[in-house]
Order: sequence, then structure tokens, then C-alpha cells
Amino acid sequence: MLAWAMAAGLIKPSQALALEWNKAAFETKSVPDTLKALGASGSTESGGVQITAPDIAENGAVVPISVESALAKTQAIAILIEKNPNTLSADFDIPAGTDPFISTRVKMAETSNIYALVLADGKYFHAVKEIKVTIGGCGG
Amino acid sequence: MADPMRIRAAMDRGKVDIKVLMAHEMETGQRKDAQGKIVPAHFIRNVTVTHAGRTVLAAQWGTSVSRNPFLHFRFSGGKPGEKVSITWLDNKGETRTDEATISG
Repeated sequence: MLAWAMAAGLIKPSQALALEWNKAAFETKSVPDTLKALGASGSTESGGVQITAPDIAENGAVVPISVESALAKTQAIAILIEKNPNTLSADFDIPAGTDPFISTRVKMAETSNIYALVLADGKYFHAVKEIKVTIGGCGG
Repeated sequence: MADPMRIRAAMDRGKVDIKVLMAHEMETGQRKDAQGKIVPAHFIRNVTVTHAGRTVLAAQWGTSVSRNPFLHFRFSGGKPGEKVSITWLDNKGETRTDEATISG
């Protein structure tokens, strides 16, 4: 369908690329599986990746998380939440000219480590931070 | 039709600072309703931000981004008066595009 639309000139290749959604990665249920799905299994912990988030989240439905990378040629930033039903929360492409910084809000089912994964100059790096959750944000 | 996004695009130390609030339920597909039935997943999967024909941010999201998603980032190369366009696309194929003018 996408290829057909591209061939017909209805959408430009750049738009089609932006609409890619990595189903396999978003369905993973553990940090190692997510890293594997993203091709990031060799990721190393780095002080160049900074997570800004509360130590304790009163409400797991809305947990503010910012990630900033000091690593040269940062190309992508992903947020992983270890104890959530699906580990991968968000994956951002950072084109040249865009600051290696992203801030958003996520849901956390329970107290968990969060991982900020950064692709910089073709290599993966990460930082980890634990956030304690008082009331989970995924239940019903 | 989903409600419009609230977009703030402003110059900050020579860069364009973007803050966006989107109106979307971001239903996880894990929650049960009062009858005990699973509420189907309904969530934004892609967000694309463009300026002057160039993509300045492309995101893929899962179900754990919070309801009514918030996003904050910065890019270089924009000027006051220029436009920034933001599009989201969800797992049901619903989409919404909104524009904002960069303020000084």
C-alpha cells in the first residue's frame, strides 16, 4: 500500500519514512529484547546521556521524563520502561540541526528502571534511572 | 475529528523552542471497562514535525506515552514568523496536522 502510494507520487519518500512504526520493537517485553529489536544489544552505559525525571512519581499515569545527550552526532533517543507491559515507550529521530534533547510524559505501571537509549555516530549508549511509582498508570 | 494541538513555538537563545500538547486518549489496550472487557488500544504511533520543508523531529510512540501527549524539543535554523507543522497518526489511521507561527 505504502509502496503503491509512493509509486503513484501521492506521498514523498521522506513522508513514508517518517511513518515507519517498528512493531517488533514496540511489542517487546524486556530491556534485552527491546535492545535486540532496535539493533542496540551492544549499548554501553554513558555519562553523556542524562535523564531528568522525578525520583518518586505520585501518579504513574503522568511521569515527566527528559533526556539530553552530550554525545556528538546524536541521531536518535529512545525511552524504555523496564517493568511496563511493553518496554519501549518512545523512539525519536533527531535530525542534524535538532538539539539532542527531548522531553515528554509517560505512563508507568509500577516502580521501575527507565532507560534512555541514544544512538550517536552509529553506536548505542544508555543511562538508567529508577523511578518509584506510588499509584500505577496502566491498570484499570 | 480530534481536537487541535496546542503548539507553542518561540525563539529561545537563537533556537526554536517547541512545546506541544496533543488531544488523544492514548488507550493502552491493557485497561478493562466497567463490564470487564478490554478497551482496545488507541494511540498515536507517529509524530512528525516539519519546518521549511524539512523534518526537524520524527517520533514513533508506543502505548505508554501519557494521555494527551506532551512534547518539548528545540531545533536550529528557524526564524520568527516562519511556520512549523506537526502531524500525528494513530493506530486506527486517524491523523491530525496543525501549524504554528514561530514567535520572537
